[in-house]
Amino acid sequence: MKQLLTGNEAAAEAAILAGCRYYYGYPITPQNELMTHMAIRMPQVGGTFIQAESEIAAINMVYGSAAAGARTMTSSSSPGISLKQEGISYLAGSELPCVIVNVQRGGPGLGDISPSQADYFQAVKGGGHGDYHTIVLAPGSVQEIADLVYDAFDIADKYRNPVMILGDAQIGQMTEPVEFLKPTITNLPAKKWALTGAEGRKRNIIKSFYPVKGELEAFNAKLQKKYREIERLEVRYEGFNLEGADIVLVAYGTSARICKEVVKNSIKSDPEGKFGAGMRVGLIRPITLWPFPKGIIRKTSEKVSAILTVEMSAGQMVEDVRLAVEGRCPVYFYGRTGGGVPTSKEITEKLSLILKAKEESETFLVNTTSWSCSSSGI
Amino acid sequence: METLYARPETLFDVPTHYCPGCGHGIVHRLIAEIIDEWGIRGKTIGLAPVGCAVLAYNYLDIDMSEAAHGRPPAVATGIKRVHPDKLVFTYQGDGDLAAIGTAEIIHTANRGENITTIFVNNAVYGMTNGQMAPTTLLNQKTLTTPEGRNVRNDGYPLRVCELLAVLDGTSYLARVSVSSPKNIMETKKAIEKGFRTQIENRGFSLVEILSPCPVYWRMDPIEAMKFIEESMTSTFPLGIIKDWDHD
Repeated sequence: MKQLLTGNEAAAEAAILAGCRYYYGYPITPQNELMTHMAIRMPQVGGTFIQAESEIAAINMVYGSAAAGARTMTSSSSPGISLKQEGISYLAGSELPCVIVNVQRGGPGLGDISPSQADYFQAVKGGGHGDYHTIVLAPGSVQEIADLVYDAFDIADKYRNPVMILGDAQIGQMTEPVEFLKPTITNLPAKKWALTGAEGRKRNIIKSFYPVKGELEAFNAKLQKKYREIERLEVRYEGFNLEGADIVLVAYGTSARICKEVVKNSIKSDPEGKFGAGMRVGLIRPITLWPFPKGIIRKTSEKVSAILTVEMSAGQMVEDVRLAVEGRCPVYFYGRTGGGVPTSKEITEKLSLILKAKEESETFLVNTTSWSCSSSGI
Repeated sequence: METLYARPETLFDVPTHYCPGCGHGIVHRLIAEIIDEWGIRGKTIGLAPVGCAVLAYNYLDIDMSEAAHGRPPAVATGIKRVHPDKLVFTYQGDGDLAAIGTAEIIHTANRGENITTIFVNNAVYGMTNGQMAPTTLLNQKTLTTPEGRNVRNDGYPLRVCELLAVLDGTSYLARVSVSSPKNIMETKKAIEKGFRTQIENRGFSLVEILSPCPVYWRMDPIEAMKFIEESMTSTFPLGIIKDWDHD
């Protein structure tokens, strides 16, 4: 049965379906619907809801419940996620599974409460101190936030690693039909390492402190091995109209929805799939931001004349796109910041500029404008 | 032959990393004795702080977790909510609990979280070589108060038990010390009462233990014990600050 829910509410419901019974949060817009939904639902399912005294306390309560072997979650928005970074580093260092939802808003500082994708670096490059990764999933719709939150708990448990859902104010607050097709998880995975009281067994220790020389390096090697395994097995992306594309958009979340419109319009306006003066447009939508779908981007870069990355940021994911492309084709960027959302018209204009640049000269540099961010050739 | 005194089973037989004359070993032993005597090794979960006692799990043979600096009460909350039938305690120093973790301890206490906190107050940051703690006495010299703690610059020593006593969520608050065999016995009784408070589901309990740090007080161990009795206790008076038995 389909229901009309906000992305925030859908995330909360999906977590409950996935067996999450311990939620800790702190009020911040634009994720409040998630927290208030949990305040109603957790008591109904025999779970725990605590409004913590701070984001820091909330993430540490998550640490506790994760250490105790339970499925647990917190949610917040950009400034609050910054506060959680210490805890996230400890969760990664102690190999504790949990789910963290970031409903991104504009920054830096207090910024505003509009949709933004400016926390990409923080989410995928570590955010806190030390060599670690959170697994980052980027939903593009209310249905997908529900599906990804549900999967996130399994992925977190599989790898004993924190998983972040990187949404934004638009995904979190808009209402769309959503259907929960997956069953309620009741048989949670056994966790031999968890703190349950050492009755009849050797005691368990949850820690990230390795003061003896060599131990920490060995532990880091173990983490890196796990990260390589995640990179090998967990990459997710959606490819759209890639077959025979001349130019490919790379975007995630809200930006990808708009890019998809651009691609659809280009097909509609020209039944042969040609964009503008003879260009066919495709879209790669990363669903996992870490691990990043560099394989498909690399493969695509060998066949297309240009890639355009679109973000609600000053250009963050574009760095990973360029690393994947390694100069095989020009990578352009279009971004809006501070709560600005790119329109399909703006993206279409940008594509036209790139096309023009291509026709005139390979080294043409598209100028920056007051509302977009710089773009460059190779 | 009758054994009168032995190492508790819950205490590992390993060399200590604590400095000569440090009080942590005494407190670890008392916790281990209670766990043995009550037979609750398999029902107890402990939280180690950041600070000298971060390695508490090297000595106590129970399920334990580290927590980030100041966060043990929040982590303990997350554990206790999953395992309400287990005895959950935090073990924290003065920097951890009374400086960086002030918000966590106050709000955990105020929620009446059914956990016990063992608060070891030695008036100094030991692990980082002896800087001022929130509980450093007035005029006490530390690395960061080379001329002694100065009220105008550094404020006053923080009295944690008295601060928490005004909160409705706290059930049992006691200040004890390990400065003499008699005081050590009182400390054991206070920890027992704190644990019993939790087992009887009466909400938050905290035992503040005045403990020596001879190395960073620049004293020998005997002088350090005297310093507790003659100086520390005038700022931090011993006694039961709050007790559900009498309130």
